[in-house]
Amino acid sequence: MSQTVQSSGDHTPDENRRDFLTLATTAVGVVGTGMALWPFVDSMNPSKDVLALASVEVNLSNIPVGQAVKVMWRGKPVFIRHRTEREINEAEEVSLNELVDPQSDEARVQKKEWLIVVGVCTHLGCIPMGTATGETRGDYDGWYCPCHGSHYDTSGRIRKGPAPLNLVVPTYTFLTDTSVQIG
Amino acid sequence: MSAPVWNNKVVKWVDDRLPVFSMLHHSAYEYPTPKNLSYMWNFGSLAGFVLVTMILSGIFLVMNYTPHADMAFWSVERIMRDVNYGWLIRYIHMNGASMFFICVYIHIFRGLYYGSYKAPREMLWWIGILILLAMMATAFMGYVLPWGQMSFWGATVITNLFSAFPIIGDPLVTWLWGGFSVDNPTLNRFFSLHYLMPFVILGLVVLHVWALHTVRSNNPTGVEIKTPQDAIAFHPYYTIKDLFGMGVFLIFFLFFVFFAPDFFGEPDNYIPANPLVTPPHIVPEWYFLPFYAILRSIDFTVFGIPAKLLGVLAMFASIIVLFVIPWLDTSKVRSSKFRPVYKWFFLILFIDCFILGYCGKKAPDDYFMGIEGLKVITVGQLATLYYFAHFLLVMPIVGKLERPKPLPASISESVLKGGANA
Ligand code: HEM
Ligand code: FES
Repeated sequence: MSQTVQSSGDHTPDENRRDFLTLATTAVGVVGTGMALWPFVDSMNPSKDVLALASVEVNLSNIPVGQAVKVMWRGKPVFIRHRTEREINEAEEVSLNELVDPQSDEARVQKKEWLIVVGVCTHLGCIPMGTATGETRGDYDGWYCPCHGSHYDTSGRIRKGPAPLNLVVPTYTFLTDTSVQIG
Repeated sequence: MSAPVWNNKVVKWVDDRLPVFSMLHHSAYEYPTPKNLSYMWNFGSLAGFVLVTMILSGIFLVMNYTPHADMAFWSVERIMRDVNYGWLIRYIHMNGASMFFICVYIHIFRGLYYGSYKAPREMLWWIGILILLAMMATAFMGYVLPWGQMSFWGATVITNLFSAFPIIGDPLVTWLWGGFSVDNPTLNRFFSLHYLMPFVILGLVVLHVWALHTVRSNNPTGVEIKTPQDAIAFHPYYTIKDLFGMGVFLIFFLFFVFFAPDFFGEPDNYIPANPLVTPPHIVPEWYFLPFYAILRSIDFTVFGIPAKLLGVLAMFASIIVLFVIPWLDTSKVRSSKFRPVYKWFFLILFIDCFILGYCGKKAPDDYFMGIEGLKVITVGQLATLYYFAHFLLVMPIVGKLERPKPLPASISESVLKGGANA
């Protein structure tokens, strides 16, 4: 006691020791709390069963030229479009500097006639229209997102509207000529 | 203040061990309240009443609600059709959310007009804004629970807002969802948090009232209580006034519950959630529309910051700015009654918020009020500009330049002279 009262200038060894203990306790407390918190935070990440549903197989033989289908993959739709000659040309002829998110059509497909993209608007996640026959395909013959008006072209690239990026191309492999595995 | 003397033996026995009665006495009987409060001061207690209503109706809904993606929608339909008075409880809860926001928005505009955010009430004001933020989170997550089309797509669009942040954006959204899209894990956590948040709000309300009782109520003149003549006891004078207000308010509230229960809702939410089809026109609940308009009005890039991120930042900023207005407002006078210039800007802000709400409701490429050539998005941009200019420019500048009208010497004086030139 008497030591702490008289200390007006220099710290006494006792005080230094006390400061050290306070700091050390605080540090251990903070790190410890952080570590204890992590399991709770991580429990909110996708669980193993959710991660396990990671791939689907699709039969392509019943999708005629000019039409498209939606399949579910990881809880979201994937668009598979059997493109016409005209649509392929449209996609290939655009010059890259016209594009918001420049990417050649070549880089986005494995086989020219099959365009496979995740059907989720890169703006805020709505499902663009244009897959079912009769739905509007927007100004660039691809898809149109009704939520805030994004237009995608026949390569699924963003051309107009608030979306910043092209529709995502998922990883996929052609198992045979008429069947593809997504994921 | 002296401790009251309790005549009732039981009351005294309890009070000696846990002074609940002294506390109530202190905050209701002795609490000196300005004697000139108008009906604008009713909305705080009304909001508190609605909070209690929401918690009670919510607890009874949970008894029949199933938080699972396959069953949530049908469990709500069962509440509506089969559960005794289920329709009533749900309609109270559904419309109660709208009533809550009506009360709180009026309460906030009241504070803005009478300068209730100015010293020494900054903490009171801050806690109020925290309550608003917590209410928004609660209402947003509650709206997801019935798992209709609007629930699902509203949740998708709003959670996707966070993907706008660079680097952490995508992992953050996956974390929020607990998967790769809004799905059952998302519904479950929203349910858990929707149950929790109202109690967080309740805690904040306790702090809010504590701060209020420390700094006291503001009043229409903005002049502090100076002598005991300026104040009256809260009970019975304001308890009776609050009760009367509550009666009027209940007529309004129950009108919607019984005669127009879906007035505030969207018909699309009676379609079960479908992750493969987005409804053609997604709109948030009315109380989010002005913020949604601000979000959408940013469709341009600034300094390489993409429009999407900028929109999200602007939307958050529109609330964050409220935290700093105690310092942005440079006027020495609290109440706008005595501020001949600012008064008009306040009116513009008020109208501006309605214009924003209208813009949030319409598609961006629609014409504003059907006026050919005037796009909703353009009006939304101007309204957003004014919203921020009001706080960041008008408040500091007008406060400095304006010459306020003379203030009454005290609340009593203004009351005796009559309200008109008070
Ligand atoms: C701050 C207070 C609260 C607000 C603003 C709020 C808001 C909402 C909203 C907007 C809905 C959607 C209504 C609809 O369209 O059907 C909802 C649903 C629901 N809420 Fe709350 N709520 C609150 C408190 C609570 C509490 C405390 C509980 C539980 C103890 C609860 C349980 C539920 C349940 C089970 C549903 C789903 C049933 C339904 O949709 O009608 N709520 N809430
Ligand atoms: S979500 Fe598609 S344009 Fe906004």
